[in-house]
Amino acid sequence: MNAQTQKAGAAEKAAGKKGMGADGERRLNMIDAINDALDIMLERDSNVVVMGEDVGYFGGVFRCTAGLQEKHGKTRVFDTPISECGIIGVAVGMGAYGLRPVPEIQFADYIYPGLDQLISEAARLRYRSAAEYIAPMTVRSPFGGGIFGGQTHSQSPEAIFSHVSGLKTVIPSNPYDAKGLLIASIEDNDPVIFFEPKRIYNGPFNGYYDKPVEPWKKHAQSIVPEGYYRVELGKARKVTEGDELTVLAYGTMVHVAEAVCAAKGVNAEILDLRTIVPLDIEAIEASVKKTGRCLIVHEATRTSGFGAELSALVTERCFYHLEAAVERVTGFDTPYPHSLEWAYFPGPVRIGEAIDKILSE
Amino acid sequence: MADRPDQAQQGQNRPTLQLHVPEPSYRPGDTVDFGHLTITEAGAQPRPDEGCDAAETNPLTTDLIRVLGDDHLPHGPWDPKLDAGTLREMLHHMAVVRAFDERMFRGQRQGKTSFYMKCTGEEATSISAAMALASDDMVFPSYRQQGILIARGYPLTEMINQIYSNSADKLKGRQLPIMYSSRDKSFFSISGNLATQTPQAVGWAMASAIKGDSRIAATWVGEGSTAEGDFHAACTFAAVYNAPVILNVVNNQWAISSFSGFAGAERTSFAARAVGYGIAGLRVDGNDPLAVYAAERWAANRARANGGPTLIEHFTYRAEGHSTSDDPSGYRSAQEREEWPLGDPVMRLKNHLIALGEWDEERQTALDENCATEVKKATKEAEKNGILGHGLHHPFRTMFEDVFEELPWHLKEQSTQAIHERETKFPEGLPE
Repeated sequence: MNAQTQKAGAAEKAAGKKGMGADGERRLNMIDAINDALDIMLERDSNVVVMGEDVGYFGGVFRCTAGLQEKHGKTRVFDTPISECGIIGVAVGMGAYGLRPVPEIQFADYIYPGLDQLISEAARLRYRSAAEYIAPMTVRSPFGGGIFGGQTHSQSPEAIFSHVSGLKTVIPSNPYDAKGLLIASIEDNDPVIFFEPKRIYNGPFNGYYDKPVEPWKKHAQSIVPEGYYRVELGKARKVTEGDELTVLAYGTMVHVAEAVCAAKGVNAEILDLRTIVPLDIEAIEASVKKTGRCLIVHEATRTSGFGAELSALVTERCFYHLEAAVERVTGFDTPYPHSLEWAYFPGPVRIGEAIDKILSE
Repeated sequence: MADRPDQAQQGQNRPTLQLHVPEPSYRPGDTVDFGHLTITEAGAQPRPDEGCDAAETNPLTTDLIRVLGDDHLPHGPWDPKLDAGTLREMLHHMAVVRAFDERMFRGQRQGKTSFYMKCTGEEATSISAAMALASDDMVFPSYRQQGILIARGYPLTEMINQIYSNSADKLKGRQLPIMYSSRDKSFFSISGNLATQTPQAVGWAMASAIKGDSRIAATWVGEGSTAEGDFHAACTFAAVYNAPVILNVVNNQWAISSFSGFAGAERTSFAARAVGYGIAGLRVDGNDPLAVYAAERWAANRARANGGPTLIEHFTYRAEGHSTSDDPSGYRSAQEREEWPLGDPVMRLKNHLIALGEWDEERQTALDENCATEVKKATKEAEKNGILGHGLHHPFRTMFEDVFEELPWHLKEQSTQAIHERETKFPEGLPE
């Protein structure tokens, strides 16, 4: 890209010039939807600041902040030193002042130097000060694999954060949700980890890596209205209505699960959890009680993954409705390998066999 | 809901605060003039004794140690007085690295692998530095020090096997390309996470001292990554334990799109970090192979004599993009590379050898051709073992090895599952 195109981002989109589909609908990919949400919140709330490595002039290595610095100014959208501890630490301080920082961590794999500030500080500030101080930050970070990024650009560490009291964890699976959930996250008065599945930034990858990827514009959820709207945290989305089994998924795996169920002709009820903390337990319970079978799919490693929590909840709350053991399909318990990426990824074969197993019981 | 906005507004005659956000001098399309950089005269910098008090080096942390002058000849007390054979060897390593970078970059564009990083313009900071160390001194590099492996004689084919993640990759296809590891060459496993290697180098050096060994450690980190807490922990531990370690900060001016000002360069030099920690610090012209060699040797001698750590800032320029995933034309002026006042390290070394009467253009042309041939041959050899994504990779079970020393039950189960999935997806065997 050049300087001209990188500056074209926010302003043009706000004017509605970009993203019109052939059907006249405003269709955006995940990147543009996230950019749109940031643009709107910077406009609406003078306390919102966006910061992170390469997010300023350059507009982010994935272009999510393109054009925002030029439009909103250098004290609202700015680059930071390469220090995740510093980025999150200053976001706590800014929150204490009353700002609403939206820091970006360039890859989720790089978030760990910031964990002390997140876990010991941001997550506990409200509690330890009896709400005198809060940390109303939204930490955006691309996560997940499928781009041959090796072990330092592929991880899905959501369970580390869901395990911490006081942190919310949001994982959108499509452009419409990404925008609405990001706005709701920024407006939330508690710290939110907002993981963006980078494999689906440009299209709803369905796990069939050897087939061409469809762009977002063919997907219903790529219709992104202009202006402000919220998708409330803690509300799952019913992707498909069904009665044979319930599939619980989030992020990229929503699309993979949907494709596998369609290919197998299974009448599944797929719930896109959208946020894992807070969790839409009502939607989960209602669905599992209806179908009597539950498959949980996530890309993250299996042991102590969020699937373990979901499995326990479903078993505790729906035990007498279950007709088969709850199954988990996950990444393997290894670091994310480079060359064997697709052997690692919980793809159609792994999901398909788990479905067969559940339905055979 | 800003905290007490009313009082902030009242201000009681206090001035309005302003946030400073650094801005580089040049953006795309800008005319570049590096006239504001202070380029000292080659040979003008004093060379303190290697056993001096750390504070004696303080002036050198804001100066710039240079040896090669505009006349292509060495000047001053930092001249390492290398013989022509050593200089030619250094030039050869540099030519190999340049040819290697060229071919691997092209290989990524051709789809043979996922990722590559060149070190163009920074060759001296790894090659000359590595040559100033003993071959068994332990190095903890960052991701742009392929020159160390090449200077230490690591086979090119092995490097390419790693880059292609193929069936002969000694790292079993697990790591992103260029994240090499070679225990044989005392070269630590490269991490993609930034600056993590710096305290590790200090720890290795402490261990060497605990055991009464004679080997020292050296680490390399980019100027942008010095912002990470790990780097500051490294400096603190190095100072506290007087560790026999060299902390090389490669200041190539750019951390992807962020210029060095986002790591503090608007206020002071990176070498000057040493002053606050009370360790020796040197700031060196990173494009001057003789100066780099001399500074590294000074620090190595100091560490080896129990004189403690040295922080060296190599002042250089990242002539290419951060990686194959980066296009610098989006954030910096293309003229910067042409205008860089410290020139190109390979050209400077070549001109030095010519000025000594030990080299000529014909031999240089032959060297470049030989290196291109050597790299091509190694590439062909490596390609026999496969390229990324074309079936020739390590067996699936290897994905589960080395997570732990022994395979626990759950990884055994998952290994069986992975192999089963492969057989289900490819009943006729894996496609090429």
